[in-house]
Amino acid sequence: MGTVILLALTGLGLAALYFLVASGLSLVFGLADVLNFAHGLFLGVGAYATWWAAGNLPGAGPDGFGFVLAVAFGVAAGTLVAVLVELVLIRPLYSRTIEQVLVTVGLSLAGVALLQATWGADARPFPRPEWTRGVTGILGAQVPNGGLLLIVAAVLVLGALLAFLQWTRYGLVIRAGVENREMVTALGIDVRKSFTLVFAIGGAAAALAGALGGVYFGTVSPGQGSSLLIFAFIVVVIGGMGSVLGSAYAAVAVGLLQQFVNYYGTSGLGDICVVGLLAVVLLLRPQGIAGKVATA
Amino acid sequence: MSAGNEPGSRVPRSRTEGGSLLEPVLSVEGLSVRIAGLHILQGVSFTVAPTGVTVLLGRNGVGKTTTLRAIVGLTPRGGEVRGTIRMGAQSLLARPTYRLVRGGLGYVPEDRCVFAGLTVAENLRLAERRGTTPAYDKVFALFPELQRRARQRAGSLSGGQQQMLAIGRVLLNDNRLLLVDEPTKGLAPKVVTEVTEVLERVAESVPVLLVEQNLAVVRRLARDAVVLAAGQVAWTGDAQELLLETALTKSLLGVGSGDSHHGPGRVAAAGKDAH
Repeated sequence: MGTVILLALTGLGLAALYFLVASGLSLVFGLADVLNFAHGLFLGVGAYATWWAAGNLPGAGPDGFGFVLAVAFGVAAGTLVAVLVELVLIRPLYSRTIEQVLVTVGLSLAGVALLQATWGADARPFPRPEWTRGVTGILGAQVPNGGLLLIVAAVLVLGALLAFLQWTRYGLVIRAGVENREMVTALGIDVRKSFTLVFAIGGAAAALAGALGGVYFGTVSPGQGSSLLIFAFIVVVIGGMGSVLGSAYAAVAVGLLQQFVNYYGTSGLGDICVVGLLAVVLLLRPQGIAGKVATA
Repeated sequence: MSAGNEPGSRVPRSRTEGGSLLEPVLSVEGLSVRIAGLHILQGVSFTVAPTGVTVLLGRNGVGKTTTLRAIVGLTPRGGEVRGTIRMGAQSLLARPTYRLVRGGLGYVPEDRCVFAGLTVAENLRLAERRGTTPAYDKVFALFPELQRRARQRAGSLSGGQQQMLAIGRVLLNDNRLLLVDEPTKGLAPKVVTEVTEVLERVAESVPVLLVEQNLAVVRRLARDAVVLAAGQVAWTGDAQELLLETALTKSLLGVGSGDSHHGPGRVAAAGKDAH
């Protein structure tokens, strides 16, 4: 019983990480039709900026309020990079899919190389509050606190995103734009401002994933973002492009499946099962769990 | 001009107020549109009168929708647009769509394009603009149904209700010209009548450039007509005169003007042609 609880909660921790990366990816694709392969870079920037801030930023540190400040710095850095990427590289290339893919793939490779050149290829120990190293007993399972922190953060981000989309004017424009971008402009709205906004939101969520992922894994390395990005893309496709709630469901499904199969089956089998799940969803419901459904 | 004597058959008009005397609200000159190598429009020129309805006619695929979309700046990326389009003294070409719309160009697209996943109220709220008071009174007076169904998802509305929503959201703001693309397409005859009546009332206060296939609707609403054929303007002039000339209508549009027996405002004596 304890094992099942532990696997479920660590699976949900993984799901939280996937969701934080996938939600932004999904909004960016749903609204702006941009397949952003550089999204993993935002995660890397968030992780390294948090790591750097904890050691160098006055007032920031590995514990208590200092840690909150370090994470906030990391999130701000990720957001800034995301906005700059949108304004400088993506904006001139809207509707030019091939060029966009080339630019974002190139940027993700260059970004990883840059992190590696600056701080080395080896994983660095991540500064984290003492309590995140511990475990909490839940129904007989000893669950790592870092994982619980991720789950709480992801639930908060999910709630905030849904409230933002449902209750604000920008949220309304984004929901409408995901459905029919052209018609939004034909109502007199400059939809490109919303593109920058969803990049900022996505960058912030990914950077948070980087910072809290660093806490969870205990280390930070340049390639972390890219390896998570593959599963985040799978989550986006399963969940449905442009749907935050769909990403949340899909992240939970993928995280749990991966964790349980990797434990009870052979290690690595879980990853293959995730791809199998992707194939099944694509066959049965190509628009994803909550994707745009064509309506008359 | 026998049709001019039909009581209540269409918007009252008087040629002295016609587009020929007043400055047109919109003038299109030498408009050429090429999309994916296809030369869809080849030098289209016409004007839209500052009052009443000007109808854009032509067979399927002749470029009516392309013309409207070019005016409002929605030619797809990679498409090539040449010529001049002016609203008053202002040149419209090469300006982004959202600026044109804010400048008073209202666009009601083909197939309504309401946001199916949003509620009726949200669809309307989206059209609100900062710094202006949206004219909800006017819209709900025209379409009381929209107020009753405010919380309903737009995707679950009937075709006619969606059309009302598509027109209503444009009327929340002041417009200098409305572009309306096939508003009665796919609607039941009774609903066609309702939509036509609404457009008739709307056209009393704002000029309309209308694309419409239903000739009974055209007969009731339109004052001026522009007929496109093979990417060029084949005929311009008085819409009612055009409809009375059965042979001309048939050759330009491929249909007779007397064969629409289901729509509103049918001219009972359409048989008494000029010839």
